[in-house]
Amino acid sequence: MPGSLLGNAVRRVEDPELLVGDARYVDDLPIDALLHLSFVRSPYPHAKIVSIDVDAARSMPGVVAVYTFADLGVASSASGMGMNPKVQRAPLVEDEARFAGDTVAVVVAERLAQAVDATEAVEVDYDVLPAVADLDAAMAIDAPLVFAELGSNLYTGSREPSDEDPMAGADVVVRGRFENQRVAVAPMEGNAIAVVPGGIGDEFDLTVHVATQMPHRLKDAAVALFGLDPARIRVVSPFVGGGFGGKTGLCAEFATAIAVVRLLGRPVKWIETRSENLVGMDGRSQVQYVEMGFRSSGEIVGLRGRVIGDSGAYGGFGGFLAMGPTRNMAQGPYKIPKIRFDVAVALTNTSMTGAFRGAGRPEATAMLERLMDMGADDLGIDPAELRRMNFLTPDQFPYTTVTGMLYDCGEYERALDAALAAADYATLRKEQAVRRERGDRLQLGIGVSSYVEITAGGTGGEFGAVEVHPDGTATIRVGTAGSGQGHATSFSMIVADRLGLPLESIKFVQSDTAQVPRGGGTVGSRSLQLGGSAISDAAKLVLDMGRELAAELLEADPADVVVNDEGSLGVVGVPARAIPWSKLAALSAERGETLAAGVDFTPPGATFPFGSHVSLVEVDLDTGKVTPIRHIAVDDAGRILNPLLVTGQQHGGIAQGMAQALWEHLAYDEEANPVTGTFATYGIPSAAEVPSYEASNTETPTAYNPLGAKGIGESGTIGATPSVQNAVVDALSYLGVRHVDMPCTPERVWRAIVAAKSGAPEEPWREPPAIFKTLPDRVERARPGDEETH
Amino acid sequence: MEITLSVNDETIRRDVEDRTLLVFFLRETLELTGTKIGCDTTSCGACTVLLNGQSVKSCTVLAAQADGCDIITIEGLADGDQLHPMQEAFRENHGLQCGYCTPGMVLASISLLAELDEVTEASVRNGLEGNLCRCTGYHNIVKAVLAAAEAAS
Repeated sequence: MPGSLLGNAVRRVEDPELLVGDARYVDDLPIDALLHLSFVRSPYPHAKIVSIDVDAARSMPGVVAVYTFADLGVASSASGMGMNPKVQRAPLVEDEARFAGDTVAVVVAERLAQAVDATEAVEVDYDVLPAVADLDAAMAIDAPLVFAELGSNLYTGSREPSDEDPMAGADVVVRGRFENQRVAVAPMEGNAIAVVPGGIGDEFDLTVHVATQMPHRLKDAAVALFGLDPARIRVVSPFVGGGFGGKTGLCAEFATAIAVVRLLGRPVKWIETRSENLVGMDGRSQVQYVEMGFRSSGEIVGLRGRVIGDSGAYGGFGGFLAMGPTRNMAQGPYKIPKIRFDVAVALTNTSMTGAFRGAGRPEATAMLERLMDMGADDLGIDPAELRRMNFLTPDQFPYTTVTGMLYDCGEYERALDAALAAADYATLRKEQAVRRERGDRLQLGIGVSSYVEITAGGTGGEFGAVEVHPDGTATIRVGTAGSGQGHATSFSMIVADRLGLPLESIKFVQSDTAQVPRGGGTVGSRSLQLGGSAISDAAKLVLDMGRELAAELLEADPADVVVNDEGSLGVVGVPARAIPWSKLAALSAERGETLAAGVDFTPPGATFPFGSHVSLVEVDLDTGKVTPIRHIAVDDAGRILNPLLVTGQQHGGIAQGMAQALWEHLAYDEEANPVTGTFATYGIPSAAEVPSYEASNTETPTAYNPLGAKGIGESGTIGATPSVQNAVVDALSYLGVRHVDMPCTPERVWRAIVAAKSGAPEEPWREPPAIFKTLPDRVERARPGDEETH
Repeated sequence: MEITLSVNDETIRRDVEDRTLLVFFLRETLELTGTKIGCDTTSCGACTVLLNGQSVKSCTVLAAQADGCDIITIEGLADGDQLHPMQEAFRENHGLQCGYCTPGMVLASISLLAELDEVTEASVRNGLEGNLCRCTGYHNIVKAVLAAAEAAS
């Protein structure tokens, strides 16, 4: 057998193209006679459209067409999750704009500047309506209504049918109203699409070049919306500049672009501006009213959650996350005997929410980990110890949680111990005590968080195929759709390992519905464990075919044929007589066959990565400024295939989690106007704000796939966010500070310090809105864990 | 107006509309699409190029202002198949994921090292403040720049 690449830090095969500027993203594609789209957007969060005058715009230089709802020809249909048939949207607003940035009209012009210029000549007469962005306000009885015909802003919701009190028997109950604030996905490349119509004799009527994580789903959505022949549309992605859950669907602008091409028969392109991106692409937000009961020993007796999820103006997926992954993962890594979890999904006059790295699981972990720290504070138990004593233990797996999740395996204490050891936790606590004793202006905060999350949950299986060619090269085709994770490298490593081919002779194909027959895409940290496993299984089938052929040529038993170095198969112990793959593939071709196999890999269930983070911050008591000093992450995502890529995923996720805890907030004012529409106002961190990270792993392989892998993509935002927030509160807990909402800005931190020092620390609790009393009973799902995660 | 400038060591003479930004001149007129656009407010640095050896955000420079100047874009760094040492350092240290910020980040890093008296983690982090990345958390970017500095010393 050749030396295996698996488990080694292999440099990425895709890098050279990216490093020299040859890699093309959608905006870089050379497409002839391309027209440009620019949208007329509602400047109001909520307004009736009285009239639209496009005549002046139509006559401007370079303008080819201007469309409104009336002439685009695409009707309203059930929007977002489709769980409320009355909540409908058309690609261009029919009669009422429901968020600032809603798509009112579109200009098509020869040049982008001409299109943008002409949007300013479109005259729209608006009748402004009351609007609401705040989640509590949206759920109030007298709230302005996003859809008047609904009679309330409740998109959907559910409460536990049982009235059992989960706090019964508790000696100590902690409670908090926590804002898991709206954060933006903000990939460096925003949404991007170029649609090209087919000519006479072409294989496709429409070719959609698009930045997406789910090309096959996008194709299905387009086919359904426009009633297309699935065989006549191709969806294909070039390089994609980051996804993080934000590039999963057919957004209103994409649907408009396709509709325009069908009307004009000419190629068009729409590249989202950053301001459009920050008032349009997804984001997630919740308000959580949560309570946890403990015995005085520290043992948890129960959890109660009443959570409002924000679906934005049109029932976006992001609101549903509270009912799906947040509720599902409410038990976290702990023994919690009783859980009640009620969810109201709210409509607000804001952009439609969706998935952003973690998608519902960061919110679950954030609420649990804040409650654990509040409990530790009240009980006088060290926060790390309180977690340790409540962990589920390795002998309990597989384990079904109160919310119906089947955890595959885990060693939670091992990861916590590793994180505490790496941080030198005991020494940090001593340093903290010294600073408190001295009355230092810069106080030390030590934040601990432990988590378990769900990956590859409820998204079905994945397709992967491997073919060896007569020239000795191989091609991988896979249904996942990477956007920077390094799939070309990791998937090629699997084939190189299984077939003994050199990495550079393997071609990687993804994100092209013309070349990959089906695919689930890259969401919910599913790609390696599903797509990689499909590739692994397909490579094994190809190897079996190769061994049969080799055995025939070598007059040996196929069972004695093994993989040799440099792409050949031979009889065990007789390397000299090895036959190269090229010869085997050529022989196969002579017989009219191919050395190829495709596999749909479906796992027995979701996998549950876990870990613990320790974060260290300094808080300036005079100014409230928080500076992150160190961040230690120990994440367990099962067996590691390429540690270089795994660590990279950890780093990126930590930065995004830290950013939610400290800086980022996609904010709306009281009238629902977005106030963070640029990178000058929406604070994604630069290198100057963040420290280097100390990321490591434990490895507890899952039995659910041949690679033993779980997902690593979202661990960072799930584990890091609460540890950083906990660190801020921990720095101030000796003053009596109980909680600081995210983002822990200097102003908020300073106010919390001042309130605590004055003897009246802010109490992070108030009764939740009355809506929770009237929610419909929760309906048991047929298969727990089926909810989609991103 | 007509401008004459050097782009990646090639002399270019073109008529440009007065309002044309350098980034659009590079991407659309010269079809050098390695230079990216990531924001509207000169915040992200994806469009960074070298102008007379110094990093500039090409979304905030008019093409007309580059008249008579020497521009290097990401396409002009490698020598055939031989990557520039900074590109090589980014590759070696996994300093890129989606790659969208990478051209700007690599060029900003080259300019930074030329400017810095003392190369430390802090000076590199502060020096790259104008270039945003959403994938890497900057850890490996900073590592790459420090490695490139080390290799050059």
